[in-house]
Amino acid sequence: MTYEERLQNVTVLGAAGKMGSGILLLTALEMADLMLKPENKGKAFVLNAMDLSNEGLSGLMQYLRAQVLKMAEKKTVILRKAYHDRRDLIENTDIIEQYINDVVSIVRPTTRIEAAYESNIIFEAVSENKDLKVKIFKEIDANNDHDPWFFTNTSSVPIHILDEEAELNGRVIGFHFYNPPAVQKLVELIWTGQTLDEAKEFAHNYAKNMRKVVVPSNDFAGFIGNGHFMRDALHGITEAEKLSEGMSLPEAIYTVNKVSQDFLIRPMGIFQLIDYVGIDVVRFIMGVMNPFLDKESLHSPLLDRLFDDGVKGGQHSNGSQKDGFLKYEKGRPVAVIDPETKNYIGFDTLAAVEDKIGTTPDAGMVWKKVVRMKEKDPVLLKYYSDMKGMDTLGAKLALAYGKRSNEIGNALVSDGVANNAEDVNTVLLTGFFHAYGPINNFFD
Amino acid sequence: MTKLNKKIYMVAGYNTVSMGTGRSEFHPKKPRPGIEHYIKEAGQKTLEMIGGADNVDECVMGNFMAARFNKQAHLGGFFPIIDEKLQFKPAIRVEGACASGGLALVTAIKNVMSGTSDVVLTMGMEVQNTVKAIYGADVLAGAGWFEKRKDGHAYFFPGQFSDRAGAYYEKYGYDYAREGMGRWFRNAVENARLCPTAQEHENKTPDLDALYKKLKPNGKAFVDNLSVLDCSKVSDGASTIAVVSEEGLKRIGIPVEQAVEVLAFGHKVRDITEDPPNPVEVSCIKATAHEALDSAGINIDDLGTIETHDCFSIAGVLATEALGYAEPGEGAKFVADGNTARDGKIPMNTTGGLIGWGHPTGATGVHMAVTIWEQLTGNAGDAQIEMPADRPYGMTINMGGDDVTVVAIVYKKP
Repeated sequence: MTYEERLQNVTVLGAAGKMGSGILLLTALEMADLMLKPENKGKAFVLNAMDLSNEGLSGLMQYLRAQVLKMAEKKTVILRKAYHDRRDLIENTDIIEQYINDVVSIVRPTTRIEAAYESNIIFEAVSENKDLKVKIFKEIDANNDHDPWFFTNTSSVPIHILDEEAELNGRVIGFHFYNPPAVQKLVELIWTGQTLDEAKEFAHNYAKNMRKVVVPSNDFAGFIGNGHFMRDALHGITEAEKLSEGMSLPEAIYTVNKVSQDFLIRPMGIFQLIDYVGIDVVRFIMGVMNPFLDKESLHSPLLDRLFDDGVKGGQHSNGSQKDGFLKYEKGRPVAVIDPETKNYIGFDTLAAVEDKIGTTPDAGMVWKKVVRMKEKDPVLLKYYSDMKGMDTLGAKLALAYGKRSNEIGNALVSDGVANNAEDVNTVLLTGFFHAYGPINNFFD
Repeated sequence: MTKLNKKIYMVAGYNTVSMGTGRSEFHPKKPRPGIEHYIKEAGQKTLEMIGGADNVDECVMGNFMAARFNKQAHLGGFFPIIDEKLQFKPAIRVEGACASGGLALVTAIKNVMSGTSDVVLTMGMEVQNTVKAIYGADVLAGAGWFEKRKDGHAYFFPGQFSDRAGAYYEKYGYDYAREGMGRWFRNAVENARLCPTAQEHENKTPDLDALYKKLKPNGKAFVDNLSVLDCSKVSDGASTIAVVSEEGLKRIGIPVEQAVEVLAFGHKVRDITEDPPNPVEVSCIKATAHEALDSAGINIDDLGTIETHDCFSIAGVLATEALGYAEPGEGAKFVADGNTARDGKIPMNTTGGLIGWGHPTGATGVHMAVTIWEQLTGNAGDAQIEMPADRPYGMTINMGGDDVTVVAIVYKKP
């Protein structure tokens, strides 16, 4: 089967979810591009949007229309060429409307898994639950005559486990998008020794057509992205807990968050990032990865406690940030939680802690500026070198943090998760918007 | 030849701010003032200067596409909102795409000539930021023949002028042409910085030439041969001026030193269904401008300043050739050498023109007249140029569509 033939029947499982809906959108756009080619006129392209939630599916179709409209308005110049032979479509508005109809007409929303029985490609974006994924893959494979390929968005379950337990003989690949899939350029591609070559090639082409930056990861729980993030998060939590021996826990959380953002020049502090991804999600991923790790324990009782108390972070359905370790107003963090009482303590009351933390060596070195710099390395080398000469709490924490991040990054290469240092850094730069990768010489 | 049968003046000009993305007050997500706001503001300011609505005999509005941009037609009916004393006075709206403003002026002039009016409140108005640019392009395409829309670019008019630019590049050289067009762009912004109502008034780009060179035309995102810097700004705005007879001037009590005299006008229409006979020539502008100059009894060397229709930088360059300041193909050099800059041989578009000041399509023709009136009567504030004593004439050239309707007017300093 050619690339195009495979893409004539696709199913996305978990299509109404945060990641599933983005994957559905990207797939629908790619399939529509193929469908609009003159040589494909009259061929049916089917994209099943499968989800257990009927409400989710109605919301999904609205979301899809709105997103396709935005894309269409941006690519009208190209669309006018695609619809050149439709003499009845004259104004931009005619063409945009037709395109939306064409894209949406490919999508079949359904709550029935049976729709996947006819598909060549199945994108799976259901819960991070190994047994659930295996069950679904087995069921579909047993009823599907097309020897389908399974593309899983898992961020933590090793692919070979899914392949073995679902008996797929190499027909499963990890295709790990970042959030949100429509915007985030990074995709981690994970395969095993068993993975079919054709499937690898297809995955690469597909990612390329969606203009994604592809980083291959080897088949270890968490892969590269979560391999770093989970350990980095645990380091942050552990540092805060240690600090809380000399100050209150909320002050400690505030301190580590501020240091990881300002001193390490990151887009957001580690606790804000945990809130963004979701305390429940971070805890969950750690839980999925942990059984596969024999040299370390990836577990935080603090995350358990907050989760059990219903403090989860994440987003509301309208995209706004929910409170977690931090409290948010208009999308900005304004207070930090006291895990004992679950009350939030305003940042404006933490002036004493600010003094303890101290200032960075150069107030001009902010993420927004550094991320755009062309020759960063010498500048960062000097910045951290200056920091080594500072005796403040902030400087000490930051240097330890940066060193730990180095270690994590290097271990990902030496453990064989990533093929090389460049891949590790690409994941953090592209997927997490870091200004510099974890593998560097700034903290030596 | 249109010989005027009596003395005609223009006086009491006013421009609202040219609102659009270049202005810091512009907020895409917040509601913006509609046509009523602009009509009232411009109308009231001119009425203040001419002693009130009682002195007005009739009103003329130039507007291109309120029917699509604002879902509103019947614009003549809006004049009474400016002042209750305009109630029951005759009012009309005229249209000629981006030359609607010029047509409003011509209509007012003819009404004064016919004797039905001595004081005509003349307005040009357009509010076009009501739709996203991709849909605005559809609306503006109505200035061309609809039969051609299908095969035109998503951004239809930039596409038309991109083709003209492409033909100019091929005939005379790409880098040569871009230098001229780039200088036209720089002049536009530098002039706009001196005019508080201009859209590019707050433009802070330190090196305009460098920016122009960096932003190369990209056919994938926009059109093949022009970048966004080569294009006029989508704008909301209104301009008003009073067109009056000698009687009218006395009635409103304004001294003749504060008025410009209209010496002549030219008005021509080219077949809209035909492609321009020569893509590197604006033949209708050429014919119309010369008609106006001949009727006025002067030639281009007598002009002190010109407001010309630079909907696109290439149109500015071509206008210099059409007027005769440069031979065919030498317009780019004429502009690149600084001849059309505010301190050049023939200052053009001294408050930014369509590229720097903005192009609220129906208003532009009147905006041009207001600017000439300001320059010739010393009312141009920071943007004031020195009018040489031996060249007391000004000219406006307002074009609709791709060189289809052109109105050219010659004015004399009091």
